Amino acid sequence: MNPLPPTEQATRPHEPASVRDTEGGKSGIVVRVRGLVNRFGAQVVHRNLDLDIRRGEILGLVGGSGSGKSVLLRSIIGLQKFESGTVEVFGQNINRLSPEEAERLRRRWGVLFQDGALFSALRVGENVEVPLREFYRLPARMRCELACMKLAMVGLDSDVMCKYPAELSGGMRRRAGLARALASDPELLFLDEPTSGLDPISAARFDSLIQHLARALGLTVMLVTHDLDTLFTVCDRIAVLADGRVIVAGSLNEVLACDHPWVREYFHGPRAHLALASHARTATGDDAPDREG
Amino acid sequence: MTGQAQQQGEESAPLVLERGEAPTDLRILVRGAWTLTRAGTLDRQVAAFEIPAASSLARSEAPRGAPLPGDERGGEEERRSRPRPRPRLLLDLSAVTALDTSGAWLIDRLVGRLHDAGWEVEIAGLGEEWRHLLELARHRPVTVPEMPPEPHPLTGFVADIGEATVHILNNFGALLTFFGVVVARFARSLFQPRRFRFTSLVYQMEMVGLRAMAIVGLISFLIGAVVVNQGAVQLEKFGAEVLVSDLVGISVLRELGILLTAVILAGRSGSSFTAQIGSMVLHEEVDAMRALGLDPVEVLVIPRLLAMVLTLPLLTFYADIMGLLGGGLMAWGTLDIDVTQYLTRLQEATGWRDFAIGLIKAVFFAVIISVVGCFHGLVVERNAESVGRHTTTAVVEAIFMVIVLDAFFAVFFTTIGW
Ligand SMILES: Nc1ncnc2c1ncn2[C@@H]1O[C@H](COP(=O)(O)OP(=O)(O)OP(=O)(O)O)[C@@H](O)[C@H]1O
Ligand SMILES: [Mg+2]
Repeated sequence: MNPLPPTEQATRPHEPASVRDTEGGKSGIVVRVRGLVNRFGAQVVHRNLDLDIRRGEILGLVGGSGSGKSVLLRSIIGLQKFESGTVEVFGQNINRLSPEEAERLRRRWGVLFQDGALFSALRVGENVEVPLREFYRLPARMRCELACMKLAMVGLDSDVMCKYPAELSGGMRRRAGLARALASDPELLFLDEPTSGLDPISAARFDSLIQHLARALGLTVMLVTHDLDTLFTVCDRIAVLADGRVIVAGSLNEVLACDHPWVREYFHGPRAHLALASHARTATGDDAPDREG
Repeated sequence: MTGQAQQQGEESAPLVLERGEAPTDLRILVRGAWTLTRAGTLDRQVAAFEIPAASSLARSEAPRGAPLPGDERGGEEERRSRPRPRPRLLLDLSAVTALDTSGAWLIDRLVGRLHDAGWEVEIAGLGEEWRHLLELARHRPVTVPEMPPEPHPLTGFVADIGEATVHILNNFGALLTFFGVVVARFARSLFQPRRFRFTSLVYQMEMVGLRAMAIVGLISFLIGAVVVNQGAVQLEKFGAEVLVSDLVGISVLRELGILLTAVILAGRSGSSFTAQIGSMVLHEEVDAMRALGLDPVEVLVIPRLLAMVLTLPLLTFYADIMGLLGGGLMAWGTLDIDVTQYLTRLQEATGWRDFAIGLIKAVFFAVIISVVGCFHGLVVERNAESVGRHTTTAVVEAIFMVIVLDAFFAVFFTTIGW
């Protein structure tokens, strides 16, 4: 009767990680990167990079432009062939997967690429429906309405459904890409600069959306961002990528305490001070996230 | 029908109707996993669930107590509801084992339907996080984009023909306009030679000409051999095998050499012009050029056009030689016609005009192939499928126009006695 045989037994998503995890869950670490080396010709992008993403956390990844954040993301999701090192996602080494295992794994994550990467030949609505159509058997009308709901979640009206990606603005494309990444409620999200190119209102809306979803669904999120507000308000942990490795990963305070020059410049510059100050202000008050509408 | 489970027997029924305890009139117990994996099934089950009519419960007095603790929708519903008191219904979600946005959306849709049926809905048994989910996944009635009604097959067929005709005419008009623009730009760059992109020209000549030599040579060689082989069978009947030289000479020089080369280049280079320029359009590179004050026709089209015009005649000459060589080898190998015999007959049968005809046509065909290829590249819409479609169209159109023009030339040259 079910469209798909229930591979995982249905459990409350917000229950402790131990209940939900079915494989490799002893540690509660969803993504484990060890000794990653990436090289393009003579240019070494990652040298022995280690990174952990814990279950249920929102990890913010920062680093200078060109420091290899996108390449790291591509390595984790298996799009980039790296030179050495291991990447484990849900306890499975992504380089040693059978095609079926790989497909099952891919269903469990959602990805937003830096430039949206919408399918140009499909309408926006159809783009969002792609994960639903490929992996779930749903009536067409319901699929369409679910896509509309996802688009509304990222702040897009239903009239963009019928447009082609080329007919959208840059920020709208980005949000449509986010809606596609969220379409099937994947438990692991990789978002490459989700708020760049968005106006502050949409960006704040994204922050609150991601927070609510992560809390309600127990999502694990890896978020590449240059947006200090997103970093301070949304992320549970921050990882800093510099010199080809993760030089520090921890809570905001731990990162602030790091005395690597790049980290110092990044977190103690004038912009960071402003964002930090406003963050401190909201944090002291009731930090219940504001609700839209 | 109140008071009994509506879908008895089915343990997994997601909705169970029960008699409500005061102060509600009815209670619907929602249970099980409400997730995307089960959404299709749930959708069907919810649709099959008979929503009890609110009017069946006539309420005289209206005890409009405060909404249940932890329920915000109650307040909202109150705002929405008409002044007349509605019978109250409790939607109990405490038996829901898993919920995601799709499930929340289904529940929200159910709430909407219950409300439309005249109930005042209260939601209970929902944790803090899940209430947010319900908030986020609010069901909005979508107007699913109406597909235009399917036309009647016959009228649809006629309409298609009309549409295609208009499209072809428009396309041809646009192509001519584009050709005019290219000629104008070309003329301008004749007066300002520094506008020529020399590097690009040389690169394109290599791609169009040099790299095509292997395939053009091989095909011409084989076709020359085949013409001799097949022609000999026919000429043998008259004992005129020696005349294969005439046959292969005339056909290769006048028609086969140039036609084959043009068709190969249309498939090989015309298509790559479209694909290259088309994907540049797709990635806004052409727009960027315009914004920088560069003229795409000058930068992209003229070097390709010139490269084609310069190399197609050269390739044709080469194809002619290879064709004659193939014919000669076949004649020598199978017909006992030796080299001197073959060459002497060839010289008697063909003149410089046959040779020139091929080269003259080459220039025209080169213009057609490159202009059509570049034109289709520049009119690509901004999606990947369009690049593919235009590439195909460019090749088909170029070959078609080449052959039509070839027919004109054949008549023309015979008329002027060449
Ligand atoms: N396919 C590739 N071939 C060669 N070099 C590449 C390739 N992809 C990335 N690089 C190089 O790897 C480095 C890291 O690139 P990456 O895209 O990961 O940067 P990033 O940290 O995401 O920067 P940004 O914040 O600007 O997006 C860059 O120096 C880039 O030049
Ligand atoms: Mg990047």
